Amino acid sequence: MENRPFNDTSYEQYLKELKIMGSRCKKCGALALPPRPICISCYSSEMEWFEFKGKGKLAAFTSISVAPPFMIQEGFGRNNPYLVGVVELEEGVKSVSRINGLDARKPDQIKVGMPLRADFVSKGEGPARKTSLVFKP
Amino acid sequence: MGRKRKLARGVAVVGGGLAKLGLFKDRNCKDFFAEAYEEMIGSVDKGFDPKDIDAVYVGNFTNDFFVRQAHWGPIIADLLGQVPKPITRTEGACASSALAFREGVLAIASGMYDMVLVGGLEQMSLCTTEEVAEGLGMAASPYEVATGYTFPAVFGAMATAYFAKYGATREALFNVTIKSHSNAPLNPKAQFPMSVRDFMNARIERCRKKGEPVPEWRDEKDFLSDPAANPSVAWPMHLFDCCPISDGAACLLLVGEDLARKFTDKPVYVTGIGQGSGYSLHAKEDLTTYEATRAAAKEAYEMSGLTPRDIQFAEVHDCFSIAEIVHMEDLGFVKPGEGHKAVADGMTRLDGPKPINTSGGLKCKGHPVGATGAAQLYEVWLQLRGEAGKRQVRNPNLRVGAAHNLGGTGGTCTFNILERR
Repeated sequence: MENRPFNDTSYEQYLKELKIMGSRCKKCGALALPPRPICISCYSSEMEWFEFKGKGKLAAFTSISVAPPFMIQEGFGRNNPYLVGVVELEEGVKSVSRINGLDARKPDQIKVGMPLRADFVSKGEGPARKTSLVFKP
Repeated sequence: MGRKRKLARGVAVVGGGLAKLGLFKDRNCKDFFAEAYEEMIGSVDKGFDPKDIDAVYVGNFTNDFFVRQAHWGPIIADLLGQVPKPITRTEGACASSALAFREGVLAIASGMYDMVLVGGLEQMSLCTTEEVAEGLGMAASPYEVATGYTFPAVFGAMATAYFAKYGATREALFNVTIKSHSNAPLNPKAQFPMSVRDFMNARIERCRKKGEPVPEWRDEKDFLSDPAANPSVAWPMHLFDCCPISDGAACLLLVGEDLARKFTDKPVYVTGIGQGSGYSLHAKEDLTTYEATRAAAKEAYEMSGLTPRDIQFAEVHDCFSIAEIVHMEDLGFVKPGEGHKAVADGMTRLDGPKPINTSGGLKCKGHPVGATGAAQLYEVWLQLRGEAGKRQVRNPNLRVGAAHNLGGTGGTCTFNILERR
């Protein structure tokens, strides 16, 4: 398992195992989520896996009313907006994620800086099963 | 490496053209480019021989998707009778034709060519709004797209981060929209040559005709606050914060600086060019700035020897209202966090100390994505020649203007400075 390549596919596999796994540069310690094969701080290619705790705060968000086709298929749109955000994790990296458990119809009541914690949402069965990282209060 | 950059040979703009922007389902990109090219030919004061064009660079974002036709280079070369000369398509999302401009400048500066035609084109009208959103979304980051982000959503998220950091509200966005829409009626090429007040009156008129209750708004800001008139797209981005879907083309004729006076007595010189790259949202250190814009600006300012204070007016990439505010800060026109105040104070109005988006900007002029970079440079060139008609910046010493173009969600940004001498 530790031999997985530091790429998006491995990141998604780990999500299916309900783990938030990123990379840590063995040389300078820089963290990345999703994992990176090359450190953008010191250019080293020596990486190790690092598990994030999934605690953070809301850095930015939006409530989307005009949705892309795949979200419309899920029932979202003008009459049913949904929230996405940028979450800054305790460890210092950020993640773009869906935000659940808050009212997308009242975006003016949502506060940047509020604490959030990770959750995993799975869809589909068998090989088509996909797990997404989401955040909620 | 780290050294200050300069062009080995100076470059001048001696002609320009812009097709009327809008939705033209019964025409295609060849028609748009031909329209811009015809205007460009007429604009070269002392004339030129198209045989002397050495090469062409043409920007296009994603006609591959929008009209199912890729490889627009040779189509344009054929249109203009430039076959078999080299023509190169550049792609940098919404900054595609600013990259064509940059490649053209570099090709002349290298000594390779004397005369280069640069431009851009795009047709978006043949797609539904959802298809356009999907096509544009191809230029966002894969992480954003998979999460359900749209283009407006990326800028909406940025706006919430900006509001939280600097205490601004939606009123700051209203000020940008009202300002841009007050310039638009002065631009005959604009897709929406209407002020916000014009939109209000049109809506009232429509209600009267239909016998529906006539809405009453105190002023433009009251209108923009009304969700029935200005619905949310990706909060806080509403309809009037977002640029439209557009068709169009633009082009500029570039020559070596040493040759410029053969073609015109009013050449406009390219004194600073800049380009940078940027991270997608999750990897950005600060969600209220574009590192790509800062890098592009630094390069262009250093090359020109100018400072932000010297830029008398500019076109900046206002794909969404919040973007105009952030760009002004990244370009150094104001300090970080001061952009929203500068707009409120009237700094960016046509009659203000630093007019921004005299054309009406992407919001009102239109945003045919692959043509936008060239269209912005056309506006700056026209203003510097004193030929911008009713929207001419009223400064008898107008000498320095600039254009800022952003591609994707900030992955590619350019900043180019033009000067009259």
